Amino acid sequence: MGEINCDILVIGGGNAALCAAISAKENGADVVMLESSPKAWRGGNSQHTRNLRSMHYGPTDVLTDTYSEDEFFEDIYKVTKGQTNEEFARYVIKNTPEVVKWAKSHGVRFQGSFGGTLQLGRTNAFFLGGGKSLVNSYYKEAKKMGIKVLYEHEALSLDIQKEYIGVKVKDHANAQILNFKADACVIASGGFESNLDKLQEAWGKPAKNFLIRGTKFNQGKMLFALKDAGAKIIGDPTQGHMVAIDARAPKYDGGIASRVDCVSLGIVVNKEAKRFYDEGEDFWPKRYAIWGRLVASQEDQIGYSITDHKVLKRYMPPLFEPVVANSLDELADKMGLDAAALRKTVDEYNAGVVEGKFDHTVLDDCHTEGLEVNKTHWAQKIDTPPFYCYPLRPGVTFTYLGVKVTKEAAVVMENGEVCKNLFAAGEIMAGNILSQGYCAGFGMSIGSVFGRIAGREAAKSREQK
Amino acid sequence: MNENEALYNKAIRLSQICNACRYCEGFCAVFPAMEKRREFHIKDADYLANLCHQCGECLYACQYAPPHEFDLDVPRDFAAVRKESYKKFATPKFLGVAFEKAGLLTSILLLIVLAAFLALGSGNLGKDAAGNFYEITSYKTMVGMFGFFAAISFLMILVSCFKFTSHIDFKGVKFVDFIGALKDALSLKHLGGHNYEGCTFPNGEDRSNLRRYFHHFTFYGFMLCVGATSVAAFYDHFLSYHAPYPFFSVPKLLGTVGGIALAIGCTGLFAMKLKADPDLLDAKSLNIDYALIFMLFLSAISGLLLMIFRDSAALAYLLILHLSAILSFFIIAPYSKMMHLFYRYLALVKNAKECRTHA
Ligand SMILES: Cc1cc2nc3c(=O)[nH]c(=O)nc-3n(C[C@H](O)[C@H](O)[C@H](O)COP(=O)(O)OP(=O)(O)OC[C@H]3O[C@@H](n4cnc5c(N)ncnc54)[C@H](O)[C@@H]3O)c2cc1C
Ligand code: SF4
Ligand code: SF4
Repeated sequence: MGEINCDILVIGGGNAALCAAISAKENGADVVMLESSPKAWRGGNSQHTRNLRSMHYGPTDVLTDTYSEDEFFEDIYKVTKGQTNEEFARYVIKNTPEVVKWAKSHGVRFQGSFGGTLQLGRTNAFFLGGGKSLVNSYYKEAKKMGIKVLYEHEALSLDIQKEYIGVKVKDHANAQILNFKADACVIASGGFESNLDKLQEAWGKPAKNFLIRGTKFNQGKMLFALKDAGAKIIGDPTQGHMVAIDARAPKYDGGIASRVDCVSLGIVVNKEAKRFYDEGEDFWPKRYAIWGRLVASQEDQIGYSITDHKVLKRYMPPLFEPVVANSLDELADKMGLDAAALRKTVDEYNAGVVEGKFDHTVLDDCHTEGLEVNKTHWAQKIDTPPFYCYPLRPGVTFTYLGVKVTKEAAVVMENGEVCKNLFAAGEIMAGNILSQGYCAGFGMSIGSVFGRIAGREAAKSREQK
Repeated sequence: MNENEALYNKAIRLSQICNACRYCEGFCAVFPAMEKRREFHIKDADYLANLCHQCGECLYACQYAPPHEFDLDVPRDFAAVRKESYKKFATPKFLGVAFEKAGLLTSILLLIVLAAFLALGSGNLGKDAAGNFYEITSYKTMVGMFGFFAAISFLMILVSCFKFTSHIDFKGVKFVDFIGALKDALSLKHLGGHNYEGCTFPNGEDRSNLRRYFHHFTFYGFMLCVGATSVAAFYDHFLSYHAPYPFFSVPKLLGTVGGIALAIGCTGLFAMKLKADPDLLDAKSLNIDYALIFMLFLSAISGLLLMIFRDSAALAYLLILHLSAILSFFIIAPYSKMMHLFYRYLALVKNAKECRTHA
């Protein structure tokens, strides 16, 4: 079987891969890109994104007000509880304004800075039409620049040599195995969140009930190939970004619309119809990121968010209609919960509510007292029918297990050696910066900044030869 | 479930998904309009569908577009609902069937009208009219027939529009909203896409304003032709200045420029539709689009030919063709894609009102 030679091989087809491919081409190299999905599904998790977090001083055409490097870093520091590599994080942050400009110069369009519905207009630049629009623009640009994109080509294994990188590739359309030999290679193939077997290895049985919010093509083949080839893998395989989403969402690609936004407005119970965590702990971004893990630790990985008519208009409209009932008994019946147990939980909760001044925009003084699990904010009695219920499941966004890289995006080996011709960008190396927690929009910042660097460095590595 | 119900259910489901997603809010007026609602009913589907002009931006941007199991295709599904709304508010209602068989019925009508004119003018066909139309079809016949059918059509359109507005609910609409919407309509603001960069219609490739320009040609060409006829009628009636008019006269110039523009516009729109990505279109709505484009084109071309060959023996035949085209157009107007002009404008009025009151 013949070998296919190329200057730069980019593995992946999402934001990081596209940034790397375009940047490598800009730096004078010929580029071949391998995307394991068919064209219709291209773009990985990036096609499901909405925005990119960017620092800036003073309002810009796409961002309001000011968001300083320090404030940005503090936000990262907070969500990761200090578990972040400050040098890397600041490096990404500093590069974000440049990356926004660069993206625009390659056809990516952003929404004007009129706020957006999620009130993130100050910190996050919104892609016009979302992530799929963004990847479409990059693909178009790649085509224009003469980058060769091969769909349904899945990289399987790596042969890391000083002179070249060998990659075994499965061409799914023609059911054949190809051998690529590249002067330098950029791996930007995402995490392993879509690989149910690997999730189960890490999480045990509960993983069976996880839903994957993004693409089904992030099987982690390259991540494990890197490990096999002796690259240094960092992070904990159970760490990642997991949110509570509607249990009725599809197994894959449920995307943004499957989120459930009303958790803090009511109570959440498990299969036993018992509450298990403070629903009023904090605001949306934080709350959002912890509930996936909370539900994952419950029996059968299911939760039920229950609200009543009072708060109906206070949360984002959901993808699926809630289950509606005129009494709690009826609701329990419809959800397959024990009616007496649910009634008991709600009665106890209602009895514990200390009325205050309800205000969903601040950490208000509505709370409960005397319960095993108290609700610290936005606690209101659940007493106004009809009652609504959304079943919840853990929705995996992405995994943090990744490969160690330098600031030049070069892959670091187990023995400390730095590869001169192998680079990584995006989700597959996000673990260098994020080890737990997540800050909306930072994934695309990391992928764009490191994608660009990886492409440039890969192109440069050829000149040095 | 009949098709109609399935269609609306799909549109309502689609609106719910979009409203939970909201990624496309920067594209056009449809998404911000969705965001002003929590629940969607049939009337909302009719309103939103008439606000959409099928540019396709949201289809290519959609993370839930086919092959995704949600099968979300806004331009296609809204086109289907749009046609349904034309049908639903047709006056009298049974003539709504014309939207199902637009191509066939338009052709039959055209043939009947042609035959009628030929019969009427049969005695005069051989005459050397020396450019005088009235030698072929008498002034009285012309004015009488056109006046009669135009008046009926106008009335039917008016009643349909009234039904449409009370369905989508015009409560709170003020005069300023009509003005605001008029500006949007005359400039085709929403066909300009984001920041007037245009859209990727017809095939998702490069972004351009071509469709908007062709639409401008069609609309303004049409208006110039209407203007030409009005001025001629005024001359004739009030100034006793009768046709044929010289080339450098107001009706002639308006008609020539208008006719050429209309022909260009129709050709362009037709070509773009032909090239359009099938995913963007609702196959069952295509015939109403093509029927209208064809009728407008035929009216324009026959008018232009008539002017050029006025002094030849072909005059009689060209005149009959032209008159037939125009008369058929008038008769079929309330049951044709022409209604999009009115419903879309009214949807824009409602949108203007909602933007004003939600601000
Ligand atoms: C629903 C959802 C919403 C999100 N919203 C945001 C947001 O608004 N802002 C934000 O910053 N982040 C968001 N994220 C996170 C964000 O998606 C990721 O951080 C980012 O997309 C990572 O980009 P990437 O290029 O590294 O990976 P991906 O975009 O996932 O791309 C990986 C690519 O590699 C391909 N691939 C995988 N394995 C192979 C192989 N062996 N051979 C060849 N190709 C392969 C895949 O097909 C895919 O195209 C969201 C994620 C999800 C799931
Ligand atoms: S068309 Fe698709 S991407 Fe756009 S708002 Fe609707 S669901 Fe979201
Ligand atoms: S097709 Fe165009 S006009 Fe219609 S909803 Fe989508 S973006 Fe708006």
